[in-house]
Amino acid sequence: MRKKHDWLRETYRKSLEKMPERPVAHRTLSDIAPEPLYTPEDIGVLDPEYEEKRGYPGEYPYTRGVYGSMYRSKLWTMRMFAGFGTAEQTNERFKKLLKAGQTGLSVAFDLPTLMGYDSDHPLSKGEVGKCGVAVSSLADMEVLFEGINLEEVTTSMTINSPANAIWAMYLAVAKKRGYDWKKLGGTIQNDILKEFIAQKEFIFPPEPSVKLVIDTFEWGPKNVPKWNFISVSGYHIREAGSTAVQELAWTLADGFEYVEAALKRGLDIDEFAPRISFFFDVHNDFFEEIAKFRAARRIWAKEMRHRYGAKNPQSWMLRTHAQTAGVSLTAQQPLNNIARVAIQALAAVLGGTNSLHTDAYDEALALPTEESATIALRTQQIIAYETGVTHTIDPLAGSYYVEWLTDEMERQAMAIIEEIRRMGGVVRAIEEGYFLRELAEASYRYQQEVERKERIIVGVNALTDEIPLKVPIQLVDPEVERVQAERLARVRRERDPRRVEEALSGLRRAAVEGGNTMPHFVECALAYCTLGEMMDVLREVYGTYQEPAYV
Amino acid sequence: MDRRIRVLIAKPGLDGHDRGAKVVARALRDAGMEVIYTGLRQTPEMIVSAAVQEDVDAIGLSILSGAHMHYFREVKRLLEEQGASDILLFGGGIIPDEDVPKLLELGVAAVFGPGTSTQEIVDFLRQAVPERWRAQGLA
Repeated sequence: MRKKHDWLRETYRKSLEKMPERPVAHRTLSDIAPEPLYTPEDIGVLDPEYEEKRGYPGEYPYTRGVYGSMYRSKLWTMRMFAGFGTAEQTNERFKKLLKAGQTGLSVAFDLPTLMGYDSDHPLSKGEVGKCGVAVSSLADMEVLFEGINLEEVTTSMTINSPANAIWAMYLAVAKKRGYDWKKLGGTIQNDILKEFIAQKEFIFPPEPSVKLVIDTFEWGPKNVPKWNFISVSGYHIREAGSTAVQELAWTLADGFEYVEAALKRGLDIDEFAPRISFFFDVHNDFFEEIAKFRAARRIWAKEMRHRYGAKNPQSWMLRTHAQTAGVSLTAQQPLNNIARVAIQALAAVLGGTNSLHTDAYDEALALPTEESATIALRTQQIIAYETGVTHTIDPLAGSYYVEWLTDEMERQAMAIIEEIRRMGGVVRAIEEGYFLRELAEASYRYQQEVERKERIIVGVNALTDEIPLKVPIQLVDPEVERVQAERLARVRRERDPRRVEEALSGLRRAAVEGGNTMPHFVECALAYCTLGEMMDVLREVYGTYQEPAYV
Repeated sequence: MDRRIRVLIAKPGLDGHDRGAKVVARALRDAGMEVIYTGLRQTPEMIVSAAVQEDVDAIGLSILSGAHMHYFREVKRLLEEQGASDILLFGGGIIPDEDVPKLLELGVAAVFGPGTSTQEIVDFLRQAVPERWRAQGLA
């Protein structure tokens, strides 16, 4: 049986060599100095399953956290999702967030960009810059990151179907400005499976879509080694109405599906797996959320090690971003959302998240204002600096309820994962409408429970005495569409048409012949091909996907 | 009254957030209405043509992307163009308070924000649709 002092001497010390403890008082307000970790030894109890199920932080199966010293050394990354209007407006918001102490950037794109249309495409009408920033070419990307040191910040980009193209544009900006790709850190979401399951921002059919993802698995580690080329996301699955267990199971099933596709291409698991990252929702049911994060790490570690044979411990580690549950925010009595977000954020931290976005209280009404986004960031900072939950690692371990619930969620999630495997995998389950049916059931059941008042939502189905309150909201300037159209026209006028032509035919060739598309996307980006042009090439080759309208 | 209310629930534009649309569609169906759900990514033209073809009494648009002003205006305009302005238009999603009066002025019959119970929508249609039938001498 491994002892705590061995862990302290080995894993913990090694972790501190990389990153020392933060220079703050790791002491309670009564001046008690908690140790970095507590185990059954500390309270004189026996836990025969301790090593197998819980283990130590930074050690297999990572139930108690992926890093040896966790928040004692480094707080989670506070990463607020932002984007609206033009690249200029979002660039300005980014600079303000960085100044307010945010430690990573996270880009929200508008729907035309997410769907691979240029801002001046007829289907973009009315949507440009509405729920994120519009990026139609390298010219927009250059403005978006103007004045920001790309080797110093890490950037997360929520982009899926056009992920290769958007990543290529970011890398093209870096290249033109002389940054070393080897030093760039960040994430592209690039998780197409959950788009078919939940968020529905797909363009091509499932198979070629997964192929594009695997291109990044192959190309990424060799060219941009510190970049997370995927963030396997449960967030959207949950927001679309799943339960926490379904979110856990389906997200991990998606992760395994990508691993299998990459193995099928002949890639080395220990080369790509360390750069797979995750993204979970964090909803209101406090302990269930904490247990979900702990169970996720344990399942991933076990399966990666034993089922897929990964040998590098980095391949076993489930590193994750978390976001508070947008779907839990209420339009009624919106200030109450500040309390909801704080509780959800606390659950994510107690669950050991590596990065966190906190929602603004006004998001059930519109895009957040600068003030509401700042309150959301401050909420994380209060948890980080004032509550003392960072004194000791995984402080809820050993709670009968939390440990039982972690086991129970693992058991239920594994049963669903096995069911999906029996169906032939995630793509087959998508084609059979499995996820659509399950989601429709779960979300309808929840809605009925709320309407029957079996579940109380404060201010919505109970305690509804409305205190009249006017919330200022962020409106998007209708001029965005015009500004974008003008910039696009200029780009098309000033670029070298021969280079554009050649870059696009290179991309077409790779798509037709099944070669890796990434180098061609980079060349297209550098040639100022527009997003729409790149995606149109692939639409021609791969076709587009329509899902069945199931209610 | 045996005539059943026919409703088209539609998701205009590029937004893929369809949880609300589906929950509403199912609740209306459970309340005994005939419901047609368009699926995602419908243009205003597709929505209006489906509504006319299916001879619906009401169209419900679900929009969470912020593009509501554009889509409601377009659908309303096309309904009028097709001589189908007797079809009741309502909707929901993430719609700022400031925009609700503007939508009502456009002729949108009701806007349901987050937290609305599905019963409220059922009650609304059960009242508003037969009123229209009576006004048109159909009931």
